[in-house]
Amino acid sequence: MDWSVVAEVIKSTGFLNITLGNVVMWVIAFTFIFLAITKNYEPLLLVPIGFGIFIVNLPLTNLMHEDHLLWVFYHFTIYKWDLLPPIIFMGIGALTDFGPVLSNPKTLILGAAAQFGVYVAFFISLFLGFNLQEAACIGIIGGADGPTTIFLTAQLAPHLLGATALAAYSYMALVPIIQPPIMRFMTTEAERKIKMKQTRPVSKLERICFPLLATGIICLLIPESAPLMAMMMLGNLFKECGVVDRLSNTASNELINIVTIFLSLCIGAAMPAELFLQKESLFIFCLGLVAFAFSTFGGLVLAKTFNLFLKEKINPLIGSAGVSAVPMAARVSQVVAAKDDKRNFILMHAMGPNVAGVIGTVSAAGLFLTLLR
Amino acid sequence: MSEEILAPMPGSIWQILVKPGDQVKEDDELLVLEAMKMENPIFSPVDGVVKDIKVKEKDAVDVDQLLMIIE
Repeated sequence: MDWSVVAEVIKSTGFLNITLGNVVMWVIAFTFIFLAITKNYEPLLLVPIGFGIFIVNLPLTNLMHEDHLLWVFYHFTIYKWDLLPPIIFMGIGALTDFGPVLSNPKTLILGAAAQFGVYVAFFISLFLGFNLQEAACIGIIGGADGPTTIFLTAQLAPHLLGATALAAYSYMALVPIIQPPIMRFMTTEAERKIKMKQTRPVSKLERICFPLLATGIICLLIPESAPLMAMMMLGNLFKECGVVDRLSNTASNELINIVTIFLSLCIGAAMPAELFLQKESLFIFCLGLVAFAFSTFGGLVLAKTFNLFLKEKINPLIGSAGVSAVPMAARVSQVVAAKDDKRNFILMHAMGPNVAGVIGTVSAAGLFLTLLR
Repeated sequence: MSEEILAPMPGSIWQILVKPGDQVKEDDELLVLEAMKMENPIFSPVDGVVKDIKVKEKDAVDVDQLLMIIE
């Protein structure tokens, strides 16, 4: 028997090429899959992300090398054409009810204020030595909007994609843990007990005109936001016009599910050990948390400032919902309010800043692209 | 004197926890309203007896819609 052939066969397997970095990434991957299956933490995202991390860290598979499977997914759907985030946004638009914003347009400003953390983290990142493009991608994590973070990072700093996307999705999932202490610290019990009047009903005409007007105004104002904004508003027009239910259902169900598979797999694939296990990733996670905390703070402060001038006070807890994790952040506002008064229902009021926050984050990303690309 | 329980926001009735004739106390949970994938318990504002329930489980309700009367 020719033992050199056996040796060659053994060498051609991945087993002899496993690195410590690979093992660390497998642990991360299995943790995600474990959390998704046993704790039901964001399973639609964590299962494909975890599996993507696992397979991209299998030595010699070369899945992320040019013209190989994950490289093709990643390169053409994210890196080169940045296709998947706008399609996800069409689904988000078809799922979003902008009624709360229309019935109380002040909430649009709260959604903008909750982007405060984006700019705080941007400047801190610059101070820590990241370049302008990298700092913008780290800052945008404060919007708590995964697809927007991916959209921006793919265009400005693709080498950071794994870390920024993972941080954005992690903080979206951690909204109920991160926000309440800040909300309680920033508000008095009396403020948290403020009851708000029911919002006025919104007509069908208003609902149909909104996506058309919002697309026109925001895309003219910040043209670089058009891919995300236009697609989101297209999805919303599908939902509200009432004559294309099939398209609305496809955008908000099958299509968004299909795209989520590839987007999540690509996020995982963007995390090979040699790229992810760097001190920059740790910085990005810390700065993402700073961004997210300051965004929460910004929304609360503006809501409190409104109350200095408004005759009919608003509950400042709705301000923190301006981070765009929809509808999680609005639900957190309701939970915190109900702790002090269980008959206080601010959920639908908080949906206003919440959906406005999505528009705010997309606009911030568009601004960064205009200035930095 | 009767007390009307109105829907505080649009949503759907997830669970009804009392039936007509039940004695309830202030702050007892009467029903659960689901909105934005969140279960929101609705509590009794008074002590009394459930006189009438105007909705059933899975019904979609609008804001200020009458849900229940407590006497």
